[in-house]
Amino acid sequence: MKKLINDPEGVLNDALVGFAAANPDLIVNLEDRYISRGPTAGKVSLVSGGGSGHEPLHGGFVGYGMLDAACPGEVFTSPVPDQMLAATKAVDGGAGVLHVVKNYTGDVLNFQMAAELAGDDGLQVESVLVNDDVAVENSTYTAGRRGTGGTVFVEKMAGAAAERGADLAAVAAVGREVNDRSRSFGVALTANVIPATGKPGFELGDTEIELGVGIHGEPGRTRGQMSTAREIAGVALDAIHTDMPLSGDVLVMVNGLGGTPLIELYVVYAAVAEWLEGHGATITRNLVGNYITSLEMAGCSITVARMTPDLTELWDAPVQTPALRWGR
Amino acid sequence: MDTSAFQAWVHEASLLITEHATRLTELDSAIGDGDHGINLRRGFQAADDMIEKSESDTETPGAVLRTVGRALISKTGGASGPIYGTGFRQAGKALGDVTEVDAVLLGSALEAAFNGIQQLGAAQLGDKTLLDALGPAVVAYQAAVGEGGDLAAATRAAADAAERGLAETIPMLARKGRASYLGERTIGHEDPGAASTALIMRALAMVAAGETS
Repeated sequence: MKKLINDPEGVLNDALVGFAAANPDLIVNLEDRYISRGPTAGKVSLVSGGGSGHEPLHGGFVGYGMLDAACPGEVFTSPVPDQMLAATKAVDGGAGVLHVVKNYTGDVLNFQMAAELAGDDGLQVESVLVNDDVAVENSTYTAGRRGTGGTVFVEKMAGAAAERGADLAAVAAVGREVNDRSRSFGVALTANVIPATGKPGFELGDTEIELGVGIHGEPGRTRGQMSTAREIAGVALDAIHTDMPLSGDVLVMVNGLGGTPLIELYVVYAAVAEWLEGHGATITRNLVGNYITSLEMAGCSITVARMTPDLTELWDAPVQTPALRWGR
Repeated sequence: MDTSAFQAWVHEASLLITEHATRLTELDSAIGDGDHGINLRRGFQAADDMIEKSESDTETPGAVLRTVGRALISKTGGASGPIYGTGFRQAGKALGDVTEVDAVLLGSALEAAFNGIQQLGAAQLGDKTLLDALGPAVVAYQAAVGEGGDLAAATRAAADAAERGLAETIPMLARKGRASYLGERTIGHEDPGAASTALIMRALAMVAAGETS
């Protein structure tokens, strides 16, 4: 294992110390393990969190127009209720707190406990569950669809609604609408290595790719052979389109999983744009880059959201976070 | 079993999980995300430390288990923290404030743990989860008590049944948690949660038989 770390067990702490030094305008609580921008009186607050290793998600999205706090767990391990409760209390501005939860069993159970504890303490908490990954069958035989790229969209647009002064129910409704309108599909070219174990999380042959991979390297639908960016983008978009027919205005994110150069993401974006144009959808907004990663995994995910004029306005609203900033 | 026996159980479980952390992580790498051993070791060591330092109320067997539950929820992370934490908390509640736990009361506590975990995770027997080790353990425990067995005999029966239950998870198809994404590919592997449950039940049997390290 070759990694730029000091100690495999201390990666999260060391990274938070660095994040704090790089972002002096944010509060990094190393004791309770959360990143926040403090409370904003009268505003609904958004708290998210999850295992680490997906940076910039979630800490990189704390700031004006997006999250109020993020709780990083150990690498690929859900944070604990204590962290979530501390973060929820730290940012409550009196208008309630929305938990943005990716649909993984650990995240769901820990946030559920945190919400109950916060409720016991008299706080108003609602939750939005993000489950945009079409690679997983949503049935009684699985834990349900995973939360992936759509999380970035939910945090941005619900965050903008909160900044505008919407109440807790309205902010939660925006989050749910964005989730309902978003779909993702990921493809891995190589495996990732969890620092604490030092071994690849899964094995892929030299010419193999994992189609429908999750953000922890969980397998998806099938294992295929390496092919062109155009063909791979086509597989992803076919899967998304089959689940949610794509037409009209769409927001597209071509997201790197951590180990893929930006030049390749643009090659993929060209293929995505060509495919969508050919199917009668119009890309009105886009993101190309690394927003929800999986350590050093090579590959990408494609997320598409069907937009409305209201949602486009929320997307365009000013945002100022370490990883996403415009309009301010 | 008195308070110190329950403290010994937690200590023994922590030792066994630490000893087997690499195996648990390898089982989890095969069908999950490869951190079960690491997380559970962190959680149980924290629980053991908390009891040793008596940072919280650990005056009765029930209080010990409730403290363990809180420590596991606070320190483990992932799904295992809330799941095992709930199991220990429910078992602790079932024990109430008694200072000496007999075979019948321990049976109710094990049953309460099973019910609490099942309710939280909404898993059924056969879904390839830790319930597939804990369920048979509870049944075997009750049967042993029904036949007049003492604590040592009943906990040994439970530990043996948990290990058999673990073996029976090998051909199962995972339907819960992160392993469920793998579908058919989970067949042929032991469930990591069932493996850690078998260790925790073995620790209990060792303590009840006076075989602690």
